[in-house]
Amino acid sequence: MSAAIEIPYNSTERPDTGLYNAKLGVWLFLASEVMLFGALFSSYVLLRTGAQTWEHGAEILSVPLGTINTFVLIASSVTMVFSWASLQAKNLARFKLFMGLTLLCALVFLVIKGFEYRAKFEHGYLPSTSTYIALYFVLTGLHGLHVIGGVIVNSYLWGPGSRMWFTDPQRFTNRVEVAGLYWHFVDLVWIFLFPTLYLLPGK
Amino acid sequence: MILKDIMSAHIPEAAGKQKTIYIAVGAALMVGTIVTVAAASVHLGIVVGIIVALIIATVKGSLVAGYFMHLFSEKKLIYAVLALTAVFVIAMFGLILSSNADQQGRQHGIFQVPQRHVELHHKATAASASGKGEHVP
Amino acid sequence: MAQTETHFHGEAASHAADHHGELPFWRKYVFSTDHKVIGLQYGFTALCFLFFGFCLVMTMRWQLAYPGQPLPWAWLAKLLGDTRMPGGIMAPEFYNQLGAMHGTIMVFLGVVPLAVGAFGNYLVPLQIGAQDMAFPKLNMSSYWVYLIGGIIMLASFFVPGGSAQSGWTSYAPLANITPMSHSLFTGQTVWLIGMVFLITSSLLGSVNTITTIVQLRAKGLTWMRLPFFVWSQLVTGFLLLLAFPPLEAAGIMQLVDRLFGSSFFLPSGLVVGGKALEVSGGGSALLWQHLFWFLAHPEVYVLILPAMGIVAEIVANNTRKPLWGYKSMVYSAVFLGFMSFIVWAHHMFLTGMGTVINAFFQTTTMIISIPSIIILTALILSLWGGSIRFNVPMCFALAFLPMFGIGGLTGLPLGLASADIHLHDTYYVIGHFHYVVAPGTLFALFAGIYFWFPKVTGRRMNEMLGRIHFWGSLIFMNGVFMPMFIQGLAGVSRRLYDGGASYLHAEHVLVLNKVMSHSAWALGAVQFVFIINFIWSIFAGRRSEDNPWQSTTLEWATPTPPPHGNFPVVPTVYRGPYEYSVPGSKRDFCPQQLPEGA
Repeated sequence: MSAAIEIPYNSTERPDTGLYNAKLGVWLFLASEVMLFGALFSSYVLLRTGAQTWEHGAEILSVPLGTINTFVLIASSVTMVFSWASLQAKNLARFKLFMGLTLLCALVFLVIKGFEYRAKFEHGYLPSTSTYIALYFVLTGLHGLHVIGGVIVNSYLWGPGSRMWFTDPQRFTNRVEVAGLYWHFVDLVWIFLFPTLYLLPGK
Repeated sequence: MILKDIMSAHIPEAAGKQKTIYIAVGAALMVGTIVTVAAASVHLGIVVGIIVALIIATVKGSLVAGYFMHLFSEKKLIYAVLALTAVFVIAMFGLILSSNADQQGRQHGIFQVPQRHVELHHKATAASASGKGEHVP
Repeated sequence: MAQTETHFHGEAASHAADHHGELPFWRKYVFSTDHKVIGLQYGFTALCFLFFGFCLVMTMRWQLAYPGQPLPWAWLAKLLGDTRMPGGIMAPEFYNQLGAMHGTIMVFLGVVPLAVGAFGNYLVPLQIGAQDMAFPKLNMSSYWVYLIGGIIMLASFFVPGGSAQSGWTSYAPLANITPMSHSLFTGQTVWLIGMVFLITSSLLGSVNTITTIVQLRAKGLTWMRLPFFVWSQLVTGFLLLLAFPPLEAAGIMQLVDRLFGSSFFLPSGLVVGGKALEVSGGGSALLWQHLFWFLAHPEVYVLILPAMGIVAEIVANNTRKPLWGYKSMVYSAVFLGFMSFIVWAHHMFLTGMGTVINAFFQTTTMIISIPSIIILTALILSLWGGSIRFNVPMCFALAFLPMFGIGGLTGLPLGLASADIHLHDTYYVIGHFHYVVAPGTLFALFAGIYFWFPKVTGRRMNEMLGRIHFWGSLIFMNGVFMPMFIQGLAGVSRRLYDGGASYLHAEHVLVLNKVMSHSAWALGAVQFVFIINFIWSIFAGRRSEDNPWQSTTLEWATPTPPPHGNFPVVPTVYRGPYEYSVPGSKRDFCPQQLPEGA
């Protein structure tokens, strides 16, 4: 008698909230991420204020590499939002182009990060070296895991997930928008991470 | 209001305008990055340096949130969720740091076991442990 | 609605007519995306963990009642082995393991998954008139991540050095360095990894719950027509969403401390076993406490809010009148949730914080008792003038009220910094929180099981066995937890391996250890009455109709058990959730989904 379940408001917005489900869902998730990174930043502040000395970030970390990575992530945010705009304009090929560029930027970011980590290990900078280095690894490591997560989601949407464009284009567009929101958040965290870890003077 | 229309991209020339805005924001972010790196190389002192870095980061973050994440034209419910989150983050920061500041018998470099505790323990065990153990920079 | 008997053929018959019936067994019952199946999975798993966690404390209580004496059951001593029970006598390290894991398992693997994962998942979509949760696949993942996390937690008992043993609170620096073992994966490390899984499961679940309640309410179901249970799940969702991440951050930092030798929580100058600890130092043990309690305080409201929700539903239904002060209860629940984020350091009054910050947290803690009292008072006042039916769910719900009252009131001296100086870390604290969680929340959860059993299974649980379970549990719960206040006031500290036997000031209250232990074992025995009743009733209980309690809320308007998709016809809501004994109406209840005059 009844067909398979059809959850409402996946493609269209619910009138009184003006939102489709995934958009509310992802903003709630991002709120929790704000608490997560917020806790880590509070830890940074607490540990730094209680320390007698604190490293000068620029002396240990590579500011040029960090700056390049910042440019890379910003570019990836631009390409990400363009990929969604392409779907709004009903252009699947354009979407694939921009999503592909986003993925490329993400991989470049990870590769550069990998180089940075290896350089740290080679110079004997480990989490056990000092709380500053430990914070560097935990903050950038957790951020890096989030980048990897984004790569996985975006790859799925670029690849097998894009089949949904042919069955439910609006819902697919919404998925890309939501993935974009996550991706921009990852960029946003880096925008705060970069100056905090790389640029702040020591004491 | 106008922002909302542009963001909705239902009008063809609005879609073009929207893309221009994205590129402009991207460019602004790149410039902001250069500014923040440059500011760091100028010796502003610790406090001013931190404040400047924070201000630039906040401006950049707002651009990402407002334009890329469409927050400037979002629905009230999302604003409410984020406002609530902001309150709790600020409370977490503020109360943890205040608790830290309002310590009984606070001394500089408080994350050290008081010297007298270390000495008492050494007396008790008569082992040759090292002393205060400052952390390695 | 016609009160016809519905035959229970299991999910198969009711799904035969729809697409869902074409799924193979493992897709329909194992990896199901149906919120009801997932809710039951959470429920059964959580009940198993609850029972296991209780077994842990029944074992501990032997040591507390008869310190240093060998277990009388040789088979159990043999099973536990010589490291844990040398010569049948509990090793102190094992006692600590039991304590830490009892707390962890009961809170994170037992009560929350039952209250939120089981009851929340099963009932919320039904009570709001939805076909399922907003994100069914995410819901399924949440359950499996929880199960994996739980298995990891249990596995920690079997790694070298044993499980976590620094309390469920895992305070640094002890938890950073204990247990000591040459193996990479020690019990504490495994505990932390398990916590990451459990936190992830909770976060995903809360996103689902909140989105579902906001977006999938049926037509006509405005905010102030929601059953109080749904409000309680909504607030709980926000607590889980925003309070868990800082603990996740802390857990990651402690993991890095343990695995990679960092010093997030280790101050400089620590000496362990006569040797200076070879770490960089510069960390803060208090940072762990702040981040832990930032979660763990809202967590206790996660434990109580769903319980209040369940009690509210059962009280309204069995007094045959609307809840008194529904609006106040809703505002109180929301205010409670908000305040719960800014009281956490009342767990840290004795850590050397200054008077200003102590005063702040004391004030917020006193303020947060107000919404609690409002909710409890409203529930009690709801009884006035009611036509009370004393069925088994109502017995448990009624008992919840004074039991939670005792738990809540005994929290007040703890929230006052000066009184807390004497009571902190004593048995008084253990008595306080157990009253709230055990004869509090757990009673509400039992009430909920007896109440909704007919909807889930189409059968009734046995009333006589239910009453035995109720009275036995009530008497023996008080036997276990009331003496704790006496011991605590006498100054007996918690987490003592010998229950205070080596302290002079504890001498006159030591006999209470035996009282508490025997009560605990009797309490355990009584639970078998419930287990037998539960299992037997699933297969051979008296058949029930669709709405045996004549309730007004939407979950009773479905076939029994509810099919995939829940409502054959999507309901529209015409009135509030507790329209009982409405003057001028034909029956003493008006279901939410029936139009005027039906």
